[in-house]
Amino acid sequence: MTGESASVPALEMRGITKRYPGIVANDDISLDVRRGEIHALLGENGAGKTTLMNVLYGLARPNEGQILLDGEPVQIDGPSDAIERGISMVHQHFMLIPVLSVAENVVLGAETMANGVFIDRREANKRIAELAARFGFALDPEAKVGTLSVGQQQRVEILKALYRDARILVLDEPTAVLTPQETDEIFVLLRKLADDGRSIIFISHKLYEVLAIADRITVIRRGRVIGERQPAQTSEAELAELMVGREVELTVDRGDSHPGEPILEVEGLRVLDDRHHVAVPEATFEIRAGEILGIAGVAGNGQDELVEALIGLRRPAAGRVRLDGRDVTGVSPRSMNIAEAGYVPGDRHRFGLILGFPVFDNLVLTGYYRPPFCRGVLRNDAAVRDFADTQVERFDIRVTSSSVATSTLSGGNQQKVVVAREFDRPLKLLILDQPTRGLDVGSIEFIHRQIIAKRDAGTAVLLVSAELDEVMEISDRIAVMYRGRIVAQVDGRTADKSQVGLLMATGGDTNGAVEEARA
Amino acid sequence: MSGPVHARQSRVVLGDWTRSILSTVAESVVAILLAVVVGGIGITVFSGLLPNHSAFDVGLPFAAYGALWTGAVGSLNGLTSTLAYSTPLILAGLGVGLGFKAGLFNIGGRGQFLMGAVGAMAAVTMMGTHPNSLVVIPLALVVGTLFGTFAGFIPGALKAVSGAHEVVTTIMLNYVFVFATYWAISGPLRLPNSPQSITADVSTRGAALPIILGRDGHAGILLALLAIPLIWFLLYRTTLGFEIRAAGANADAARYAGMKTRQLIVLTMSISGGLCGLAGATTLLGVVHQMAPGYDTTIGFDAITVALLGRSNPIGVALAGLLLGGMRAGAQTMQIQVGVPPELVDALQAIILVFLVINLLRRWLPTRTGFESVALVPEGAK
Amino acid sequence: MSGIASGLDAIPIIGLLFQFGGYVLANLPVMSQTTVAVAVPITLAALCGVLCERSGVVNIGLEGIMLTAAFVGWFVGAMAASTFGPGSPAPFFGVTAPLLLGLAAALVAGMAVSLLHAWMSISLRVDQIISGTIVNIGAAGITGYLYSLLASQSLTGAGQFAQFQVPKSVADVPLVGWLIYAVFNQGPIGILTIGLVIVFQVMLFRSRWGLRTRASGEHPRAAETVGIDVIKLRYRNVVLSGALAALGGAWLSMEQTNRFDANMTAGRGFIGLAAMIVGRWTPLGSFGAALLFASMSALSISLTIAPPSGDLGNLMSGVPGEFWEALPYIVTIVVLAGLIGRSIAPAADGQPYERESAS
Repeated sequence: MTGESASVPALEMRGITKRYPGIVANDDISLDVRRGEIHALLGENGAGKTTLMNVLYGLARPNEGQILLDGEPVQIDGPSDAIERGISMVHQHFMLIPVLSVAENVVLGAETMANGVFIDRREANKRIAELAARFGFALDPEAKVGTLSVGQQQRVEILKALYRDARILVLDEPTAVLTPQETDEIFVLLRKLADDGRSIIFISHKLYEVLAIADRITVIRRGRVIGERQPAQTSEAELAELMVGREVELTVDRGDSHPGEPILEVEGLRVLDDRHHVAVPEATFEIRAGEILGIAGVAGNGQDELVEALIGLRRPAAGRVRLDGRDVTGVSPRSMNIAEAGYVPGDRHRFGLILGFPVFDNLVLTGYYRPPFCRGVLRNDAAVRDFADTQVERFDIRVTSSSVATSTLSGGNQQKVVVAREFDRPLKLLILDQPTRGLDVGSIEFIHRQIIAKRDAGTAVLLVSAELDEVMEISDRIAVMYRGRIVAQVDGRTADKSQVGLLMATGGDTNGAVEEARA
Repeated sequence: MSGPVHARQSRVVLGDWTRSILSTVAESVVAILLAVVVGGIGITVFSGLLPNHSAFDVGLPFAAYGALWTGAVGSLNGLTSTLAYSTPLILAGLGVGLGFKAGLFNIGGRGQFLMGAVGAMAAVTMMGTHPNSLVVIPLALVVGTLFGTFAGFIPGALKAVSGAHEVVTTIMLNYVFVFATYWAISGPLRLPNSPQSITADVSTRGAALPIILGRDGHAGILLALLAIPLIWFLLYRTTLGFEIRAAGANADAARYAGMKTRQLIVLTMSISGGLCGLAGATTLLGVVHQMAPGYDTTIGFDAITVALLGRSNPIGVALAGLLLGGMRAGAQTMQIQVGVPPELVDALQAIILVFLVINLLRRWLPTRTGFESVALVPEGAK
Repeated sequence: MSGIASGLDAIPIIGLLFQFGGYVLANLPVMSQTTVAVAVPITLAALCGVLCERSGVVNIGLEGIMLTAAFVGWFVGAMAASTFGPGSPAPFFGVTAPLLLGLAAALVAGMAVSLLHAWMSISLRVDQIISGTIVNIGAAGITGYLYSLLASQSLTGAGQFAQFQVPKSVADVPLVGWLIYAVFNQGPIGILTIGLVIVFQVMLFRSRWGLRTRASGEHPRAAETVGIDVIKLRYRNVVLSGALAALGGAWLSMEQTNRFDANMTAGRGFIGLAAMIVGRWTPLGSFGAALLFASMSALSISLTIAPPSGDLGNLMSGVPGEFWEALPYIVTIVVLAGLIGRSIAPAADGQPYERESAS
């Protein structure tokens, strides 16, 4: 049953605009949610969904616009204020404390007191058990949250909201970490909550789920509302198109590629994540010399672990990796570097650069141990400086001198430093992870041209990016990763963008296994 | 690259580097000046407690500081005394500073210093009653340094293997080594036929460091002076030094760049311990000459002060070491001439650190250079 | 054959263990009261550490806080006594007005020093290790200087708190008499400490304050998202904890003795840190660890004064006294490195928390 009765929407956000330095995260966004409605917010990474919800939850103040609750305009000062007004948020990365029990996590901040000092555990446990039973699931209030499964942990987060009698629940990518079965269970729960008169905002990028559970869908792209649909009147294909957009801006001519021998051969690679869950069950693919393989996929589908395994930062659990015929499975990053593999890490501030060091030091960060930069144990400062000056010139890094601290450079120039470092010598393999994230158009174009030049010189290039545009622009071949598997490999020049977007978001599985939840 | 471009760049290089060095130095200098002022106020406020002094004697700080100055640099003996006091401070300060550069907190200077003394004394004891000075002195210094290296190796290895934080392990080891020293003095190093627990006097064994300057200037000073360019060279001219600084500044990036961060932790802690051990060995052989029960040192905290004040840079450490050494040398004169107790130096040391840490300069005058003054301790390998 | 051989090897060890047990039992009454007493300052320092670190602030300045409080308490008490007269001791605990004044001053001093550490660590976001080290260096330096100024004045302290005298009939009760004697034949601070351990143990795990504290130390962002002001909570806890460490310092200069010596804390603050770690960051655990450590000192004293005979005696005389004194520190290192490494401390311990700006 969809709640269509109430005339005044439970929540209305009118004309919300939120600016951060250099970017307009939310641009005149308006949306309304009725009582008893499950309203989905659909969009890619970086589209502005999280910012909008931060505004709602009081974690950010909008530059323009209004929020109305039950028709009344309100000013939300912070999370406690939002909670008091009945807005609760279940974050994508759980705000749970593993060493504390379920009950402790749920009551934290809204503790049920036995007297002025002590928490009334019995009463809290009772209420939690009641709420859980009412909505059809069971949880041991005394269990330590760290021992629970991910699905159970999510239910604890929802319990937090229910304990505070939330009327509006915001769930940020709730199914991102759930198994299909856990997803089914959550959907049943959400429907029960909606039937109970609460409003639910469901942020997601997963198309078939959104169609299965939502009463209405609002699509956001690049900070703006692109459209609003009802599930019965739309399809996954249409939603995908709305989400990623039809325009593909080609700024770089990738030319023809002439692939040679296979350089990187990956066979049956199995990689575990930090919690010993399988991030990549079994990856098999190859990249030839002089070709760019782009890996498209929503962040968090195993790309990080795959790249770490390839470059030597993470030991694979099984499988084999060969570089130009040599077995390099599980070797150290230094060995890969010596074997002529280059790597541009995804988080340049954390892994790619030492911001406090001068530019010239960063330019030899992965090459300092090789001549000419060192003579035995001694650094050859003159050679380093010369190299730095050359690179600054060649890669058009806008600095007054190579001795300035790298922290003073703009994002684009910082990334150019990383690129200049890795691209300098002939490479057999080049792995790039989000190479143009957060950069301006000019830097993006520049780096793309450099990548293509590398390809033309015979390097096998692996490009991992959450920016579908980027992958489509320069890849010769595209592999789509979904839940750690490569679910499709298509030709980079002829692929259809919405088709790829669909694959990214669904993994090719359009099986509506959650249809029942709609009833 | 064409000539004019080089010239342009080198001129700008000078500007940026100089500005950053100046702002770093300025912070330390400001902290010292502020501490001097606050210390002076403190002296005045508590002057009533000193016998023969009126309360709130405003002239007292000037007299005290004046005596401090005279004692430290006012005579040849004063200067050599300053150098002698500075020697262990510089050596240990270099060690602690090296650790800071790698993002490691070596609070174990005290234990490593003591182990250095024990090692040196062990070598002297083993060489019998009439050894060749040319053999026993270098041997004792080397053995002392090795003992200190081992004392630093333990917490380094513990951290690399099990992640045990070096702050706690070095503090704990300090006490272990203090007790070990006590045991060594009353046990294996004990002078036979002696009624009390005491070791041999190294000067009777020809193992005392010769005096080369004035009354107190022993040869150990040369070692300290030598260590300064050596450590500077290590840090700024070798690939190992680059790796150490990188791991200290951003351990993740260092790891991603292929550096073996675990080995760097062990190596750095070992070298750091070795320097503190050398400080202990030179102090024993150059100044104290003999170990009695209760042989102890304040070098642990002093070295931290010196390293922080000198911003972990070898040259800064040298200057800071000289400053603190001079203060300690002058303190005796100050007590004799003015009656202010030498503990004033300890108090000043603490106040300097508080101001350094508050970093008033950075908060009042935002720097416009990209190179902000060097962080007190790099972020790295914690 | 080899099984029997190794079995035979085990017998002397078992025999020694029995001898050891017998020795301890025989000397128990004497040892246990000393043990509890020695454990008092260690426990108080550990409690201070527990409060801070559970909130997410590393505090290695425990030694400095104790030392400052010891000095200030003694000094203010002495000044009060010399100005107003020493006063007549009350029948319980030998309380006099100057003593109480000194105690109050010690608490204030401890809280002030803690406030400094809190300000440097939380607001200035100075590295917490450095901040704590500065507290230690500062306390040693400044108290040393002030004390040396006073050295010539031969100032006498205000006196010391007296121990509660457990009646002999109670102490002689079989089985538990020695325990009652050990626990209650202490001065006021000593008995208060045991009470504080129980109070904080309960409060930390049952009260709202305790829950919010633990949350702030484990996952401050999560705490903020449910509306807890993590910064304010940390400030309050760190300052409060200063009072605890100050009690430890006051015990040193006003209960155990009647004087102040330079560096009189002699590493107790650091043993307290060790006790906190071995005690797994809980008040009760810290107390237990403190007792364990204190017992090692008591044992070493006992071994010197009344050495055991026979095989055990031969074995023990070979062990240097310093070994027992070093044992608490060795145990801590083993605990840190061997069993747990780093995962056991509160998860957000030592990380300065930056509030999400609501801008």
